[in-house]
Amino acid sequence: MSGHSTYQPKTGFERWLDARLPIVRLGYDSFVDYPTPRNLNYWWTFGGILSLCLASQLITGIILVMHYTPSAQGAFASVEHIMRDVNYGWLIRYMHANGASMFFIAVYIHMLRGLYYGSYKAPREVLWLLGCVIYLLMMATAFMGYVLPWGQMSFHGAVVITNLFGALPLVGESITTWLWGGFAVDNPTLNRFFSLHYLLPFMIAGVVILHIWALHVVGQNNPTGVDPKSKADTVPFTPYATVKDGFAMSVFLILFAFFVFYMPNALGHADNYIEANPLVTPSHIVPEWYFLPFYAILRAVPDKLMGVLAMFGAIACLFALPWLDTSKVRSMRYRPTAKIYFLFFVVVCCILGLCGAKLPDDPVIPHLTTFSVMGSDLNSFVWLSRFAALYYFAFFLVVLPVLGLVEKTLPVPDSIASPALSADAKKG
Amino acid sequence: MLRKLSVIAAVAGLLTVGASAPAFANGGALEPKDVHWSFEGPFGTFDQAQLQRGYKVYREVCSACHSMKLVAFRNLGDKGAPFYNPKYPNSNENPVVKAIAKDYQVADIDGETGDAIKRPATPADRFPSPFANEAAARAANGGALPPDMSLLAKAREGGPAHIYSIVVGYQAPPKGLKVGPGQNYNPYMAGDLSSYWSGDKEHVPPGGFIAMPQPLKAGQVTFDDGTKSTLEQEAKDVSAFLMWAAEPKLEERKQTGFAVLIYLILLSGLLYASYKTVWRNESH
Repeated sequence: MSGHSTYQPKTGFERWLDARLPIVRLGYDSFVDYPTPRNLNYWWTFGGILSLCLASQLITGIILVMHYTPSAQGAFASVEHIMRDVNYGWLIRYMHANGASMFFIAVYIHMLRGLYYGSYKAPREVLWLLGCVIYLLMMATAFMGYVLPWGQMSFHGAVVITNLFGALPLVGESITTWLWGGFAVDNPTLNRFFSLHYLLPFMIAGVVILHIWALHVVGQNNPTGVDPKSKADTVPFTPYATVKDGFAMSVFLILFAFFVFYMPNALGHADNYIEANPLVTPSHIVPEWYFLPFYAILRAVPDKLMGVLAMFGAIACLFALPWLDTSKVRSMRYRPTAKIYFLFFVVVCCILGLCGAKLPDDPVIPHLTTFSVMGSDLNSFVWLSRFAALYYFAFFLVVLPVLGLVEKTLPVPDSIASPALSADAKKG
Repeated sequence: MLRKLSVIAAVAGLLTVGASAPAFANGGALEPKDVHWSFEGPFGTFDQAQLQRGYKVYREVCSACHSMKLVAFRNLGDKGAPFYNPKYPNSNENPVVKAIAKDYQVADIDGETGDAIKRPATPADRFPSPFANEAAARAANGGALPPDMSLLAKAREGGPAHIYSIVVGYQAPPKGLKVGPGQNYNPYMAGDLSSYWSGDKEHVPPGGFIAMPQPLKAGQVTFDDGTKSTLEQEAKDVSAFLMWAAEPKLEERKQTGFAVLIYLILLSGLLYASYKTVWRNESH
């Protein structure tokens, strides 16, 4: 999509089409001849894996809709109809349900890769922002999709999350009523969530096209963070990147298949096999695993409105990231201090996920009572999540802005080819 | 770096998977008993004789109070089901299934007169519920609603082992525990007993209250295949049957999965070989 095109139409038809709609040229320039840094490692294969996830979710989702009944009376039974009576319906549904988790595993790795190698820095800010938009749309889609089977966790999860908007001053109540389409989560809520759950994936697909467009304008980042300078630094996308991406996709599919066929319900909640009942609240409402870190941040703040703002702030940090990091060096391979902060950040995100799954007042270390601060024992998950949330925000708002100015970085290679060609000694 | 990050990714994965599970074993109920099932593991299949015994327990005991709305009689003759017979690939023609269905009366409308009638069930019908509606079910059970059994084995953390543990786990309540009328103590039931406990606050008994009294006792169901009908045997067989009812495509799923994994592993091997071949002259 950028640079000089080397496409040569070979047949008469290709020449005819190329003069009218150069779509073959676009495909050739984007996915065949496109120069790819030669030093990309396996962390760079998750872009391809994510497009596979999106395609899988779209195809299985469209088939599920052929058999699903979007109504509070019929939804639960129709999902079981898919599981029991539709040919390979169990396969399609388990692929769709576990596919959401796989999508998030891949997107989190993709985002952490971008964070580690500085893929959000100039000139890739728009590329990063588009990625953040995709992630936001993914979260909305996943949340609404989880409501559709109309099980206990679907229903009460929807109640908890939509009620968050009620914390906003003045407009909160109106917004929740508007979201629900009434005065409680009910049939209208299910129907609008269904409609939006069908719409948003196509919006994701649209933003993905922009994301790839932006990527092809600025070119891929690479583990050294140094821009390609000559032909020696790059290889053509096909076959070099396609074969590597293909191998990585296949390995990823093994993980995916393992969940689908051998532990299809391991990432879900048993309560969601009970039909929604507004009068019975599950003893412990938790979101899906991929929302747990944000859920922990929400609960870490004692005030509801501040909690909601902190949760959205955690996502807002991602959007602001290109302007928060002041370091001139892209890749953390050459930023020894930042690397340590980054690794700790990954651990903290996992700790937040753990906190989100636990009851806030449960002790972290069993059978140990310390002293009570702000109504909770210090040895509790709510306090652990407070410390972790503090680090989460400090990483974006303090560490990255300040460290970039004071950090002593390691020498950055002159070109991609220089460390890549001098054996593999410098692999970071 | 790559290796370090992989370790972190693996630890993160374990943490999150591990994190979601124990959150539901709430209220200090005992962990379900460790039961060995024929359908465990990647090659597990249902034990048809066990499913038939389990069906008999359901038919003679559970179905008096518990509905199983999502299961149709024809399902009993499907592949992997209790009465599957390869001679009848269409389970609607399976004579055992037809005979079972005929024993039930289902509600229908007389096509001639429009009157509400009862007729014998056919394999295409679903199991009729023991009570006309939820209110009737609660009225007959001291206010408690016996849960529908179609998905019970998937709707409880611990699955069939949880059902087994509940059925065999009834105990006399420990001294100091106030058990209300129509309630029974079971250490495997989720709940919080601290407000009913007058003993040591640090040692609240595990478990909770359940409205259902112990449903099975030894010798209650006579098994047609001569298996000794102990309480454990009955509980295990009915739990296995309920796992089938909740996940009737379990065998098909595991068998398909095996073929898919073999295919993907071979494909990955081929792709890796292609990758090595394509990149053989390129350093990176």
